[in-house]
Amino acid sequence: MWHRIFTLMVKEFLALWRDPKSRAIIIGPPIFQMLIFSFAATQEVKNVNIAVQNRDWGTSSRDLIALFEGSPNFSKIEFLDDESQIPQAIDSRRALMVLSIQSDFSRRLAARETADVQMLLDGRRSNAAQIVAGYATEIVGRFNASLLQNERAPSSETIVVGRIWFNPNQLTTWNTVPSLVAILTTSMGLLVTALSVARERELGTFEQLLVSPLGPLEIIVGKTAPAFLIGLVQATNMVLIGVFLFRVPFLGSVWLLYVSMAVYLFSIIGVGLFISSLAKTQQQAILGAFVFMVPAMSLSGFASPIENMPDWLQTMTLANPVRYYIVIVKGLFLKNAPAEVIFANVWPMGLIALVTLSSAAWLFRHRME
Amino acid sequence: MSAQESPTRAWFRRVAGLVRKERLQIRRDASSYLIAGVMPLLLLFIYGYGVTLDLRRIPLALVIERSTPESATLLTSFRNSPYFDVVLTHHRANVEDRLIAGTVKGVVVLAADFSDRTERGEAAPIQVIVDGSDPNTAGLVFNYVQGVWANWLDQISIERRGTIAPRRTISAVVIEPRYWFNPDVRSQNFLIPGSVAIIMTLIGTLLTALVVAREWERGTIEALMATPMGRAEFLLGKLIPYYVLGMTAMAISVVTAVQVFHVPFRGSIPALLIVSSTFLIAMLSLGLLISTLTRNQFAASQVALLTAFLPAFELSGFIFEIDAMPLPIRTLTYFLPARYFVSSLQTLFLAGDVWSVLGPATLALAIIASVFLTLLVRSTRMRLE
Repeated sequence: MWHRIFTLMVKEFLALWRDPKSRAIIIGPPIFQMLIFSFAATQEVKNVNIAVQNRDWGTSSRDLIALFEGSPNFSKIEFLDDESQIPQAIDSRRALMVLSIQSDFSRRLAARETADVQMLLDGRRSNAAQIVAGYATEIVGRFNASLLQNERAPSSETIVVGRIWFNPNQLTTWNTVPSLVAILTTSMGLLVTALSVARERELGTFEQLLVSPLGPLEIIVGKTAPAFLIGLVQATNMVLIGVFLFRVPFLGSVWLLYVSMAVYLFSIIGVGLFISSLAKTQQQAILGAFVFMVPAMSLSGFASPIENMPDWLQTMTLANPVRYYIVIVKGLFLKNAPAEVIFANVWPMGLIALVTLSSAAWLFRHRME
Repeated sequence: MSAQESPTRAWFRRVAGLVRKERLQIRRDASSYLIAGVMPLLLLFIYGYGVTLDLRRIPLALVIERSTPESATLLTSFRNSPYFDVVLTHHRANVEDRLIAGTVKGVVVLAADFSDRTERGEAAPIQVIVDGSDPNTAGLVFNYVQGVWANWLDQISIERRGTIAPRRTISAVVIEPRYWFNPDVRSQNFLIPGSVAIIMTLIGTLLTALVVAREWERGTIEALMATPMGRAEFLLGKLIPYYVLGMTAMAISVVTAVQVFHVPFRGSIPALLIVSSTFLIAMLSLGLLISTLTRNQFAASQVALLTAFLPAFELSGFIFEIDAMPLPIRTLTYFLPARYFVSSLQTLFLAGDVWSVLGPATLALAIIASVFLTLLVRSTRMRLE
């Protein structure tokens, strides 16, 4: 039996490896994606262009604008001469934010009155706009503090001391690299498994497999082994790139990483096989894989926190293996997560693997015999 | 076939024949409907409900080392905040594990001497610890905690002195934010238009990437080559059915976005048709180019994933801000059709026909489309090597 499975595994590897294009695609793209997307997938806002329309001739407004000019978050400040230019600056996306300062700004401050500054933001990019509004509020806060410095001692009543754990410098790559290790392993593992059977069906060679002495279970094991090994090798490559190229610390246990990786790959392969057992053509398999993959990636906590979702959708994400694996990989990279935290996330993936693998096996047997 | 048939008529007839063949092939494989009909709805559903950047009920641990009336009112303030789901503990020791396990995203610590110090009017620091493994949420949690804290201080001072503490009046400059085009700052309004670009990318490139590769894998390309069909007819026959499919999917998406998710559409239909046709032609050409070059459906799907879907998702400004990316990647985004399409869609939905955005974007899309088309025509050979 083992010999038969082994020969099928060899055949599967050869089928992928013999075609130079498939070979290049198994190795290259995940690394390439890692290099590009690690830098891209950030919610930070930097280098933003803003505009100022200053109708005040006094010095106070100039001091305020100087603070904006000094901020590293804004790359260019455009000065508008006229109020009528504001809509154009925002509409054409030249400025994400326009500050509009009234003509009595300096006079009011000199008279110790409150001066209003209008901040107009481009709601088409509402997330970035909100973050920029936060920066602006912070800058105005500093401006207010400097105004009051000479007048009275700073209020002593409140201090909020903030500390950021696990990523004290708030580096983007420390967040994106572990998440991408999880995300990128998914697409390859899924497509390799989903297509392995569909290709044979489409080309008509599946019948040949069926008349061979291989039983249904042996076919499944032989078909999934390449995807499993490819997944392991790729994840290893990406972890190494993360640690040595991006210098993301890996604080946790390597053993826990590989145990959870194996369970995760089984769950992904289970989904892939399930799709494969239903698909008659490669197109169906590929599209089926996408129909699973796009929601699984989008609702994994990578693009936005799961806690933001409505409750019923949060319940649905409990069936999403990517969700658990992201917590595991991040935990092992940044938090030195202990075994019990890892296992709390491993067993749901194991359950998903069990369900998908057994239903795929059942479907295969049903459709083969 | 009549002998008098003019060459132009014959040409059109051949194109129509191939279009019919492709159409039948699309109709026979139900998965084409899956991607044209189900996928747009699924994606809109995900970005309408699931992917939201608006913070809501983030799990937060509040450590109150010694319960006092002050700490009880602060706890109520946190419980009343729509942003947090508060877990109360009395010891710091067990929150560390929760932060590691990710079951809370932030911790607020009130030390044992907190109430005494506020009584005496001294500085009473509260400590906020946030989970930096998700820097974006960490920043938001920190800001919102400060907000809850500031409101609580105002309440306390009203109760004690009958007035708001002087802390408020020291704000000499007041900044008033106003969000144009999206006054309620709904993240759906900016995510859903962008997700239409993702849908069009999937249909435009992924589906067509399989088309020619399939003919090569199955060997039916030889049958096609044996016909009198030329290169242009072959390509048109492949492009037209998928163009129709793509535009149908877009119509479904736009109607769903407006009717179900109440995203405003302030642009005009002709402008939408111009921009999306140009984008779709670019993506269809890219898909067929991938298909022609790989001749293998597995490789084609991976290349389509890499060159079309993932860039549209990550590098188009759809979720992640392009300005924040490092310069080499920012430069790269200028070569991506999705970048122009996402900004055009956001503008068409929320702002209207702003030609200072749509004009350059359409021009860039047209240039990219013609480059892809040229490459496609060059790489298409109507003979077996």
